[in-house]
Formats: sequence, C-alpha cells, structure tokens
Amino acid sequence: MTYIPTSPKERDMMLATIGVKSLDDLFDAIPAKHRFPKLDLPKALTEMEAMQELSDIAQANENVRGDLISFLGAGMYNHYIPSVIDHMLRRGEFYTAYTPYQPEISQGTLQAIFEYQSLMSALTGMDVSNASHYDGATATAEAVNLAYAQFRGKRRKVLMSPSLHPQYREVVRTYTQGMELESAGDDESGIGLSPEAFANQVDENTCLVIVQYPDFFGRIYDYTKLIDAVHAKGALVCVVANPTALAMFKTPGSMGADIVVGDGQPLGIPMWYGGPSVGFFTTRKNFVHKMAGRLVGETVDNRGQRAYVLTLTAREQHIKRERATSNICTNQGLLALATAIYLSVLGKHGLGQVAKLCYQKAHYAARELNKVKGYKVSSETFFHEFVLECPAPAAEVNAHLLEHGILGGYDLGQDYPTLANHLLIAVTEMNSKEDIDTLVEVLSEVDHD
Amino acid sequence: MNTPANLKYAKSDEWFDPATGKIGITDYAQNQLSDIVFIEIFVEEGDAVEAGKAIASVESVKASSEIYSPAGGKVAVVNKDLINKPESINSDAFGEAWMIQLEGGSAGDVMDAVAYEKHCEERAH
Repeated sequence: MTYIPTSPKERDMMLATIGVKSLDDLFDAIPAKHRFPKLDLPKALTEMEAMQELSDIAQANENVRGDLISFLGAGMYNHYIPSVIDHMLRRGEFYTAYTPYQPEISQGTLQAIFEYQSLMSALTGMDVSNASHYDGATATAEAVNLAYAQFRGKRRKVLMSPSLHPQYREVVRTYTQGMELESAGDDESGIGLSPEAFANQVDENTCLVIVQYPDFFGRIYDYTKLIDAVHAKGALVCVVANPTALAMFKTPGSMGADIVVGDGQPLGIPMWYGGPSVGFFTTRKNFVHKMAGRLVGETVDNRGQRAYVLTLTAREQHIKRERATSNICTNQGLLALATAIYLSVLGKHGLGQVAKLCYQKAHYAARELNKVKGYKVSSETFFHEFVLECPAPAAEVNAHLLEHGILGGYDLGQDYPTLANHLLIAVTEMNSKEDIDTLVEVLSEVDHD
Repeated sequence: MNTPANLKYAKSDEWFDPATGKIGITDYAQNQLSDIVFIEIFVEEGDAVEAGKAIASVESVKASSEIYSPAGGKVAVVNKDLINKPESINSDAFGEAWMIQLEGGSAGDVMDAVAYEKHCEERAH
C-alpha cells in the first residue's frame, strides 16, 4: 500500500471544510504545554550528504566483526553466520512475513515454518514445535502459561532455578502479573545446589519447574532425575536450552522434559544490539492443545498433492478468546526462517562441529586462565561458558580489557551480589587461539597492576 | 436433525438422560461446530457438578466451545474413551459420545425434545 501524505493545500481544504483556520486552532482543545513542541530540524540534506553523515555516526560503533575480540555471552552468542542466510531472507517472497492465513497463496512461507518446526523438534528431542515466539525469555513465559492452563489454575506456583537467566526470570514475572501466580525457588543461595535438591521444593501447588541447559553459568547437568522427581509430584518441567549445545549433549526430550524452549539467536542471527531474536517452543504431543502460538501442519490438497496449512487454530486467542492459553500468536517468521536455513546449511554434522569447537576452545581458555595468578575458574562441567573469579571487581577487569580491544565477560555481580568479582566468560568458534591467548595475557597484567 | 424424545435439553445445546444420568452435546451442536478434533473434560470422577457450570471444552477445526452441565449431581463416570475419539461427537452425539455420567443427577433448566427442536429452528432463521 502506498503512503501518500497530504499536501499543505489539501490540509487547508480540509480545515476550511470543517471551519477551522489553522492546524493550531484544530488542536486548541489540547493545553499548549501538552502539545508536541515545534520541530527545529536542520536544513534538508542531499542523499550523498545524509549517507556521509550516517556513515560517520555508524563508525563510532565498535563491533565484534573486526574492532573487538568478544568473550561476552550470557544469552547472546557470537557465532559465524553463513552468507546464504541473508541472501535467502532478503527474497521478496519471505521478506514480508505476515501470518499465512491463506494457504493457497502462502505455500512457501508455510513450508518454511514447517521445516523450522521439524528442525526444532529434532534438535530438542520433542514431538512438536510451534512456529516460534519473540525470544527465549517470552517463550519461557509461554511455558508457564501452558502449565497454568494444563492444571486449569489449580496449581499456582512456578519454581524457577536461581541459575535460570536473571532476565528470563524477570520476564516470566512481568508476563504472569495478575494471574495470581507465585514464582519462587530462585534464591541466590541455591546456585550451588544439585538439580535433585531443587526438586524438594516442589509441592502440590507447583505447576512448573524451570531449569536451564546449560544453565546461566554454563554448567551442564543431566536433569533426568530431577524431572522424574518433579513428575512424581505431578508437576511439569520446562528446560530452557541453548540450541548449539543440543548438537553435542543429551537432548532435554530424552531426559523426559515436558517443554523445551530457548533463544534461537545462536542459530544464524546476529547479536545486533541485543535483539530482535527468535524464541523456540517445543513440547510433547499431549500438551499441543495448550500450546500458544501458530502451528503449521502438513496435509494434502484436493488433488492429493502435499500441502501446508495452519493447524489446530481453534486453541488460539482469535477463536478461543479469553479461554486461550495465551494472547500471543505472533511468530518471528523471518528469524525463524534464518535459523531453519542455518540448520539446513550446517546439517547435523556441521552443527555438531560448531558445538565441539565452542566446547574445546572454552575449555582451553578456562585451563589457561586458571593458571593466571589471582584468577580461578569455578566451573567444572560446562559447555562454552564458565565463571571466572577475578582479583578485582569485574567492572574494573572489563574496563581494562576494553582498553585492549577486548569485550570482556558478563559481570555476574549485577544479578548475584555474592559473585561481585566474577565474570561469565563465553567462548565460541569465532575466538581463535590467538584471541584467547591475548585475553590471558591482558588479564595477567591486571594482577600486576 | 436428530432429537431423541427420551432426553432433556439445555438451551446451550447439551443433553441429559434422566434414566442413565449421561450428559453430552446435541446433534445440532456438533453440526454447528463442524469437524471436532479435541475434547477436554474438566471434571473428575467423584466431583460434584452444578447445572450450568462448564464441564468440558471442545475444539473443532474452526471453533472452540465450552460445554455446560445441563444437570447437577456427582460425577460417577468420565468417558475417557472420548478423549482419543473426539470425532465420535460428530458421528454419534447421543450414543458413543456421551461425556460424563452423573449419579443421582437432577436436571437444571432443561426442555423436552419438542421444545428443543423449536429452539433450534428459531435460531436457524
């Protein structure tokens, strides 16, 4: 649809028609102090001048594609993105991602979503995936909605592990306001507890237990026993997973999880400025009617040819209204497509290699850093992220690193006061051995300061 | 439209069999909903239900509807087979597709078959 603004002449005609002299008179009813101030814009620029000015502004940015070595993760990871993804995404057929209500004109989009769902189900070891949510945090909150709906509000407590991403926990609490839901379990003192010990907090009022895999500190646990113990008490378990790690470790599906969610950013989506991203949501077949979001199914058309359609739509809010599990049905179509392309380009083997590279490089970094005087790696079994105890406040260490062109780790003291001198260091396939050796060298200097 | 004379009917299209205590939805209702793909029964055996309270939810390919109990009483049996065969609501609404069976059930605000048929006809216009 073309956007055609009104000309000053047309505006005057409209004002004359309704008998108002000027635009100011039209807004007379609004007190002057609440009106939008006069815009004092500089003189218009030519395209050439505007391009130059914007590029000057953009150059003030420092990015991880050349300016900085990054060891920052904590939910967003610096992975290589094959160039084919952008080529595919920019195709006109995909670029306008609107809900494909009309299957007769949307087979390409529907098939892409179906492929995405199949890939996510395979990766998590679950039966069914929806067409995605906004990001990992909102997908986690939707898991709470599912569990709440599954018990029809009879169980009103959600247990969140203290090692679940602090921002995810915040989003869950924001999302579930007004549902008279109690969220508990994430006391900082519990970060050293075993997952099995966490199960002791489950009671008859608990609908869902949420754990992260690997957890926020990068640690890997087998949640099988925890899940069994929670099931024995009648509650459900949601595992928030890093999709890259799933190529290397046991799937949450095989551990018995009821819901597996996470952020798809590591699968071919840039870190940008912290988003947008895509949230994946997978579950077991018996919970599909309580799942929020769009779902694409495969069927046959009236000529017997394979075709794709939105399916089980009656569970969604545009039909079920206030009885629906969630009032969200938006999916991140374009970015879900990016992850589907990423996974099909890399394949099972390729993704496994990425995971192994991350794992090995992170373990090399941890080993070397542990040798530096004053520093101690406090993680044992981890994937590509670990906790580093520093001899100085984490913010000071990061400031020193930045002076040397290194984007340091995540300052854990922000969320965990007892970890004030601790950094969460992430290492991916993008960090060369030289990068890691530089980090070790620069950190050694901090100790000498 | 099939409307057995031995049953009692609620305005919201559920039937109640005073002889057996069974409850389900009518032929008219299944026809309006079209292909039913899912049913969830909210009550469990032993629960007390009141007439007019929601006892189940059905989803068809295009609609979703709550089912209200046409009678009050104690739930003696829940038709668990129906969960795996929701399509039987379309094929046998008054038989195989009963939802729950009440013990000592007493009908709520219900009408007989003739009145119900009239109620359906009025809505058709």
